[in-house]
Amino acid sequence: MISYIIKRLLISIPVLFGISILAFFLVRLVPGDTVTAMLGNNYTPERAEALRAKYGLDESVLTQYVLWLKNVLQGDFGYSHFTNTPVLQAILIRLPITIELAVLSVVIAVILAIPLGTISALKRNSKFDYGASFAGMLGISIPNFWLGTLMILFFSLYAGWFPSGGFVGLYESVWGNLRSMILPAIALGTAVGAVAMRMTRSSMLEVTNQDYIKMARAKGVSKRRMIMRHALKNALVPVVTVLGIQTGYLLGGSVVVEQIFGLPGVGQLSLQAITNRDYALLQGTILFIASAFVIINLIVDIIYGFLDPQIRY
Amino acid sequence: MSDIWYQFKKNKIALFGLFMTTAFIIAAIVAPLLAPYDPYKMSGAESLAGPSMAHWLGTDQFGRDIWSRIIYGTRISLKVGIISVGISLVVGTLIGVVAAYYGKWVDSVLSRLTDVMFSFPDILLALVIMAILGPSLTNLMIAIGIVYTPIFARIARGAVLTIKNALFIEAAKSMGISNVKIMWKHILPNSLAPLIVQVTLSLAFAILAEAALSFLGLGASPDTPSWGIMLSEGKNWMEQAWWIAVFPGIAITLAVFSFNVMGDGLRDALDPKLKNESS
Repeated sequence: MISYIIKRLLISIPVLFGISILAFFLVRLVPGDTVTAMLGNNYTPERAEALRAKYGLDESVLTQYVLWLKNVLQGDFGYSHFTNTPVLQAILIRLPITIELAVLSVVIAVILAIPLGTISALKRNSKFDYGASFAGMLGISIPNFWLGTLMILFFSLYAGWFPSGGFVGLYESVWGNLRSMILPAIALGTAVGAVAMRMTRSSMLEVTNQDYIKMARAKGVSKRRMIMRHALKNALVPVVTVLGIQTGYLLGGSVVVEQIFGLPGVGQLSLQAITNRDYALLQGTILFIASAFVIINLIVDIIYGFLDPQIRY
Repeated sequence: MSDIWYQFKKNKIALFGLFMTTAFIIAAIVAPLLAPYDPYKMSGAESLAGPSMAHWLGTDQFGRDIWSRIIYGTRISLKVGIISVGISLVVGTLIGVVAAYYGKWVDSVLSRLTDVMFSFPDILLALVIMAILGPSLTNLMIAIGIVYTPIFARIARGAVLTIKNALFIEAAKSMGISNVKIMWKHILPNSLAPLIVQVTLSLAFAILAEAALSFLGLGASPDTPSWGIMLSEGKNWMEQAWWIAVFPGIAITLAVFSFNVMGDGLRDALDPKLKNESS
């Protein structure tokens, strides 16, 4: 087990290193000059020179990368002129909102996916199964930004049940916070739930076909007990992996959904970094999001290793 | 072939997907015949008019006919979908085949590169590439094409690895047939099934990505009749005119749904073994 974890950790390091290279150089390719943007109306060639020297922007790109990586490893992601704070601070302030959104989305997804997927598998080829698989396909196909827009239209503008945007902090009001988060979480969680439901169904079908389940049934274990005690536990292992992969979708989707609902999370921050040509902030958010994806999947893989002792690379 | 068709047509919902995608393609080709109005023509007097006999799906804030814009929007969506997936397919397959066939350090480098690209959420990566290239329809196709390249690389690599050591490849090698020829004539045709399925599913993703990026204002130019742009404009007028924000969304969902169910049906038809195992 330990060697598996170490191996898995070692594979992640070159990937994280690659992410830092891509994050740095992609952002450097974005046209527009960050120094000009920073100075705005106060622009003079001398001031621009001074700023370039201050941030090391007069060095070669490669030197800048090495310097940047060295600082990042020490927790210094640079300074964001858009938020007027250090990049790391700007990200950390907004991080809880994105995490809350992602966790709520996964909770909604799992609540829908596991019962529906299990029932579909047990009542295979029934009307329920067809209905659920149709709904699942629809859930994967519906764009999260349109689902969000529709919910604002019906639940906020027409019914007035929810605010149409804006964010209420958890410490200000728990109820207000939940009200501002629930629609975005549904918009984001629907597709994840649909994918997880399809996975639950096919994995459940596979498990119930295994000899040990047939054996348990033959020994007189009740169907209910068979599902709860034996089948579901094993069927959920691949579902966990799928949820890990879906964090990529959650993180990307948060860019769109946070924008629609006006939630000041990391996704919205990365979009603002693009529109404001804030190099340091954009590098920081991209690096952060991509690394989060790698680390979450690393954790999922390790959990998977515990759940299924057969898996060894 | 007839066997695949026999498997495919048993799946009614996949058949619906095939029918709808054909309908979308035809609509894109004969758009001028189906659209009663010029999709760009503004008419101040008719702005924000609800659905009526004259304007089936209503008009937007500039008085442009929404039905006509949705019909012309099929052209944009399909064009972006086909060209961007074409880019991913060609580049990705090339990378995957080369990586698997040559192995060793070539494989390590290319595989790590795809791992790295996979770590970026697709929308975010596309957004950054759009920020580099600047907003335009051509750049949008390039950006989406780059983002979905790693999937094809991975699939092609996997497919090649499974047959690379097959006896008939050994035989071809021992006969002195060149590497390029072996890849093109023997390995690629045997890897086609998973690639075809992925093409169909990627078309769905690409249409979604185009709409999302245009919705965020980093896609096509604002007057283009793109479904995503129509939606993002419609959102601002939602209180007065729900139809601007609702109908383009239905078009996106229907198109994405059709490609998705068709891809699913194809997967089951092309790989009967998988079908037996999972359903």
